[in-house]
Amino acid sequence: MAAYISYLLQDQHLVMSAERTLFWENESTLIVADIHAGKTGHFRKAGIGIPQNVYKDDLHRLLTQVLFFKAEKLIIVGDLSHSLVNKELDLFRKWRHDFPSLEVILVKGNHDILGDRWYAESAITVSEQQLLVKNFLFVHDILTSGLQPAPGKFVFSGHLHPGITIRGRGRQTLRFPCFYYTPQYCVLPAFSRFTGTFKIEPDKGEKVFAIIDKEIVSL
Amino acid sequence: MIQQTKGYAVIYEMLASKGFHPFTFQEETWQYLLYHESGLVNAPTGCGKTFSVFLGAIINFINDHPEDYQLKKQNGLRLLWITPLRALAKDIGRAMEEVIGELNMKWRVGIRNGDTSMAERQKQKRHMPEVLIITPESLHLLLAQKDYASAFRPLEIIAIDEWHELIGSKRGVQVELAISRIIGCRKPGIDDPALANHRLAIWGISATIGNLGEAKEVLMAPLQKEGVIVRANMDKRIEIESVFPDEIEKYPWAGHLGIKLAHKTIPIIEQSRTTLIFINTRGMSETWYQTLLDIQPELAGSIALHHGSIDTELRTWVEENLHSGNLKAVVCTASLDLGVDFRPVETVIQVGSPKGVARFLQRAGRSGHSPDAVSKIYFLPTHSLELAEAAALKTAIEHGTIESRPPMILCYDVMIQYLNTLAVSDGFRPAEIFQEIKQTWCYRDITESEWEQMLHFISSGGNALQQYDEYKKAEIEDGVYRIKSRRLAMRHRMHIGTIVSDSMMKVKFLSGGYIGVIEEGFISRLQPGDVFTLAGRHLEFVMIKEMTALVRKSNAKKSIVPSWQGGRMPLSANLGKILRQTFDLAGAGSDDNQPELVTLRPLFELQKKLSHVPAQDELLVEQIETRDGFHLFVYPFEGRLVHEAMAAILAFRISRITPITFSLAMNDYGFELLSDQPIPVDDSNVYELFSPDNLLADIQRSVNSTEMARRKFRDIAVIGGLIFQGYPGEQKKARHLQASASLLFNVFSEYEPNHVLLRQSYQEVLAQQMEELRLRDMLHRIQRSNIVITFPSKLTPFCFPIKVDSMREDLSSEKLEDRVRKMQLQLEK
Repeated sequence: MAAYISYLLQDQHLVMSAERTLFWENESTLIVADIHAGKTGHFRKAGIGIPQNVYKDDLHRLLTQVLFFKAEKLIIVGDLSHSLVNKELDLFRKWRHDFPSLEVILVKGNHDILGDRWYAESAITVSEQQLLVKNFLFVHDILTSGLQPAPGKFVFSGHLHPGITIRGRGRQTLRFPCFYYTPQYCVLPAFSRFTGTFKIEPDKGEKVFAIIDKEIVSL
Repeated sequence: MIQQTKGYAVIYEMLASKGFHPFTFQEETWQYLLYHESGLVNAPTGCGKTFSVFLGAIINFINDHPEDYQLKKQNGLRLLWITPLRALAKDIGRAMEEVIGELNMKWRVGIRNGDTSMAERQKQKRHMPEVLIITPESLHLLLAQKDYASAFRPLEIIAIDEWHELIGSKRGVQVELAISRIIGCRKPGIDDPALANHRLAIWGISATIGNLGEAKEVLMAPLQKEGVIVRANMDKRIEIESVFPDEIEKYPWAGHLGIKLAHKTIPIIEQSRTTLIFINTRGMSETWYQTLLDIQPELAGSIALHHGSIDTELRTWVEENLHSGNLKAVVCTASLDLGVDFRPVETVIQVGSPKGVARFLQRAGRSGHSPDAVSKIYFLPTHSLELAEAAALKTAIEHGTIESRPPMILCYDVMIQYLNTLAVSDGFRPAEIFQEIKQTWCYRDITESEWEQMLHFISSGGNALQQYDEYKKAEIEDGVYRIKSRRLAMRHRMHIGTIVSDSMMKVKFLSGGYIGVIEEGFISRLQPGDVFTLAGRHLEFVMIKEMTALVRKSNAKKSIVPSWQGGRMPLSANLGKILRQTFDLAGAGSDDNQPELVTLRPLFELQKKLSHVPAQDELLVEQIETRDGFHLFVYPFEGRLVHEAMAAILAFRISRITPITFSLAMNDYGFELLSDQPIPVDDSNVYELFSPDNLLADIQRSVNSTEMARRKFRDIAVIGGLIFQGYPGEQKKARHLQASASLLFNVFSEYEPNHVLLRQSYQEVLAQQMEELRLRDMLHRIQRSNIVITFPSKLTPFCFPIKVDSMREDLSSEKLEDRVRKMQLQLEK
């Protein structure tokens, strides 16, 4: 078990991290899904005292990943923010402006309901539906997009928050966030640690990499 | 003396005109009430317990206003009547109104619960009725209203009806808190606070439980008084009869015998006016209902089904027809344990172990309801060994050994909810409330630091990132904690309560028409076209739409019976103890010709021949080798939960001697460890393996308490206000506020591991899930007893039911039946 796993896809070098990111070496691009920035703030504003450190930690993990891979570009496949504008999003913007040289691209997801101005002021390039870089296509939710990718194109997607169930002794089951690969697309785990998981049941020919604490494992 | 007062004379006359005479315990209570003393009335239902306290309140009022008691209107709230059940409120209210009418008094009786309309509530707020009947939840809702204190000023008596039902639950804690606040809110503005409550009396009304004294103390704690216990001493005669199978299986197994004896209930049903048939699980009750109809189709229309997942309207219909005597029999679950009396019920049938003496008594008491009638209960075993339980129950009832209901302590979730409730209405000053709660039973051991944590949690939401935080709940102004946002206040009011339902899904016909609710987990496993049973009907699953399962009628012969989680109560410690004595008698051959034990003689003979029947100061351990591997069976008779924990601990301790893995199985009588290699347990190490030393550490190492705590956390998080369930009209906006309990558990475990709610879930696991205290008591008992290890050549009657249970998981029910039949044949050779 290790914190990173390399993966060769269509001659492109990918590195999956237990911190729930995917690095595309050839393009020096870090790919993440479902950051849900401002989620704890949204709960707290409603009187539900979720520890805010989970959000702080999310941003810190993202920072570490950008630095570790020396990423030049960050692609977010949807759900950068959780809900309406709140103070926690100011913290994200501050974070973003600490990396002026990093290019940040958002493919909009269903939670991304902030106004155009907010993205402009945060120096984030927005793609409304999808983004194509070489042979890789980025979409928020491949399953409901109705998209039929052209042959040779591979899709990276989010939204699902995929989780895989592992059976333990005595009828115990544990579920872990995972990267989920079918022959046509890959669904990334939700980046934020303040997210649940949706149970996937992979078919034959599909691959799953589970994130178990600080390690990532091929199943 | 009470008898010399005018109030007594008036009441005596009124009763006499109806041909009644006050019972001694009623007069006793009235006497105490005359001097504003507090206490607990111990009386079974259906013998005038309501009138003990209620008429006392009337007598006092007449004595206060001997000339004009019939004229005085709008006297403010005099008697607060707390009841656990909405259904009870209406009946009690009616009985009280009748008396008031006969006395020509102007008192009013109000009911306040979830069904009370907004208009009615507003009216009550302006003019409190003299008697208010209320549930614990609604009482807290009252405390969430502005200026609640003024309503409680004239109050003279707080009565807590069915206290035995509330005491062991978080609803009981709600009662404690409400009492502490009512007492506290009467003090300000009074010159001498000590006098503020000198006329306030608190009375619990409870059926017999093992810890009656403690039950009284819990209620008295906030008053700082001793209190008295008034006993009704009306022993109800109970007749218990077992339903015997024609042939005793020497190799018993759970679950199939009951239904095979169903035909034997038909004559019982026919002979009685109305019969209640209590089944332990909702799933089995569906099966029983179907089976009775199959055996006796004429019963259609005159039998009904009643359990917690059936539509309320349908249940109400069943209850009404029980009242009017239109039903011959009702198959029911614990859903009919409580509630108003159904006079036509003459007979009760208990199918399977009632798991405790108190529950058995309560169910028996549902029959024969006039004070001198006999309660008749039949016990129908679901496996032959359970007949010994019938014998044990008879002994227990004869000797009056009844379970205790220990009150819950240090429920931080209820406290957080309560503090928010006070913050919603008039706000609170921490010093004042801390003093009040320190006097309650539940929170007397709370530390200042825990208190500070809770205040911190409701006012600043725990750990935060200063300038990026917008947490909003209780705000502090001049030392008063208040929730000022109307939206937050409304949301809190919607969430007051401690009963957290499972996530249930409504079941509706495609054509419209609501049938009931069913666990989401069950529905999610169904494929469209699958047929299942609910409310006695075969239903074909069509689809899920907007959190509702849509179904259509089905004529299919076969259907899946849903299994509802929960409802698997373990055998009580009390019944377990008596059961050990019963086995002792049976084993020693001195069964006093008790019919159940006589019937079981062949089974005990075989057990003795193959192994041993343990005496009450013995623990039996059986080591058996079969094709499946090496079995170790242990019989502590301590209930499923304790056995589950003990099996894990024992497995862990053995694995320290030698590397070995086990699979575990258990029932209420014992447990099994199964391994593919010999299990190194013998006379030299067995006492050590059952040692109470290092118990906590071994629990932590052997049991996955994190997973258990995660499950407990759901209720705690809902009660503590962390999980927002949304409310009508706001569902859309609320979607961004939803997070599962499991996710919250993870986040708190990682980022705020010392959070009080998290700690509480681990404590509840230890106290309730593992019954740690009972586990410890058991180990101490085992240390003092003689451990008998036997090496039977084949499976024994005692171990057989456990063995079958362990096979159940992997086999369908028909295959299981086949397998068991073959095993029985082989063993009996």
